[in-house]
Amino acid sequence: MTQGTAPTRGRGTAAPLPARVLRHGGYEALAMLRNGEQLVLAIVLPLLALTALVLTPLLDAYGPSRIDVAAPGVLALCTMSTAFTGQGIATGFDRRYGVLRFLSTTPLGRSGLILGKAVAVAAVLAVQLVVIGGAAVLMGWSPRAEGLLPAALLLLVGSAAFTALGLLVAGTLRPEATLAVTNLVWILLAAAGGVIIPAASLPAAAEPFVSVLPSAALGDGLRSALVDGTLDPIACLVLLAWAVLASLAAIRWFKWS
Amino acid sequence: MPTPPPALEIDGLIKDFGPVGALDGRMVRVLEGVSLSAARGAVTVLLGANGAGKTTTLECAQGLQRADGGVVRLLGEDPYRASPHLRARVGVMLQDGGLPPSVRPLALLRHVASMFSSPLPVDALAERLGLDEFGTVSIRRLSGGQKQRLALACALVGRPEVVFLDEPSAGLDPQSRTIVFDLIRELRADGLAVILTTHLLDDAQRLADYVYILEGGRTVAEGTVAALTADKDADGMRELRFETVPGLSLPPDLLPHLHQREDEPGQYVLRGALTASDVAQLATWWDAHGVMPTAISMAPRSLEDVFLDISGRSIR
Repeated sequence: MTQGTAPTRGRGTAAPLPARVLRHGGYEALAMLRNGEQLVLAIVLPLLALTALVLTPLLDAYGPSRIDVAAPGVLALCTMSTAFTGQGIATGFDRRYGVLRFLSTTPLGRSGLILGKAVAVAAVLAVQLVVIGGAAVLMGWSPRAEGLLPAALLLLVGSAAFTALGLLVAGTLRPEATLAVTNLVWILLAAAGGVIIPAASLPAAAEPFVSVLPSAALGDGLRSALVDGTLDPIACLVLLAWAVLASLAAIRWFKWS
Repeated sequence: MPTPPPALEIDGLIKDFGPVGALDGRMVRVLEGVSLSAARGAVTVLLGANGAGKTTTLECAQGLQRADGGVVRLLGEDPYRASPHLRARVGVMLQDGGLPPSVRPLALLRHVASMFSSPLPVDALAERLGLDEFGTVSIRRLSGGQKQRLALACALVGRPEVVFLDEPSAGLDPQSRTIVFDLIRELRADGLAVILTTHLLDDAQRLADYVYILEGGRTVAEGTVAALTADKDADGMRELRFETVPGLSLPPDLLPHLHQREDEPGQYVLRGALTASDVAQLATWWDAHGVMPTAISMAPRSLEDVFLDISGRSIR
């Protein structure tokens, strides 16, 4: 061995908190974007959904143009796929392999690990917004300018709610079950959870139930922001309630090993 | 000069697991009074059979589990509430590694290093542990020994004062074993407190400055290897090994005071306080049954005898 490579005593110091969280966020975001299945879920499926919604008359009754109604719903779908399904599955397997336990013994710690995951979700969502939003603009999407700030707020609270829900599933079920549950829930919510098709247009019996789901709150909220230019306060409160309740449940029941 | 406080102090540690469904939801007490202390500049070994409570003790010391009773002090602090600054002074190698299978070894090591403000140079550490040979394939393709070396590098990259190594020699080939053992001795020479668990007596005998034997969730014996193996009969032999045809069954009433076992096919071990008359009886039995050993050896009291005397069973 060469001189100076031996571990030397007692100089271990932690990097500053923001650096630890941002570095872990970047590391997890890159891991998500490099994973083929996750990339299909994050980019390919939303692009296919956007194209299909523009080519078919499914959304004709709900707004001025197909793309204007379709794009906000597809962005809600992106939030669910990244924060809930993708992040949940990755966390479930990291838990199985002991990665969560190991990282929690480093200066990152448990709270840094969770904050880093939130940063990773935000980073991947930003990439999705650019790619999917860019594709939608090319297809003629013209979102209302005064709705951009409310939409950003809804996306923020929505990704917090779905990240907490993903962590709750990943921290309580086996990873195989997490894989099944998060994918199944994603499909059910995408099809009938008010994400792409407004909750108000569902059968009357289902509407009150669906409208309090985080999926409908995010989908309908984004539509009223980007189609009508208004902030839907009920949608915002529903998402906030889901974020708080899911976080509390995750804190209570999440198992690290 | 007063002696510096130990890096790790555990007193009367109690840990319950559960509730366990199969036991009508009752709790199971896995640790019922573990007490130990680990000094800087020394290798402290927790020795015990599987299920003795070694890993749970380490997890309480690392802050991965909360103690249900007793006191745990790691560098003077409660590890369960460890600040990032305490974590930066402690390196951990978990028994299952805690390595993400889809990541490349050097990418993981760099990421762990980025959690510290002045980590060791990653390339030099990787070279030292031979990680550069397989640094760019994904972790799932590594052998057990390669994963162990990577996990060790991850534990050391932050320049810790205390390192916890849970079964560091598990799955190591002889070459990896030499690399890892040399490094552990170097860490000790650099003044680190090294705390490791093993169920391999040979590891303990080769590495330990101080040994704690765990049995049934308690520390049942402690001391240096020399003190633990010191024999009241200064010249007493405690182990007789011989090699011959496999599958030989010595009758239980022949030498009943000795513990008998066939380690490998054809390799037999008799353990206990040996006398010349025992050797003579064994030779008589060989003669009567037409057995001719190809090798015979004797050894004084070892850690294995200590373990056998305490627990009444072999550690294997």
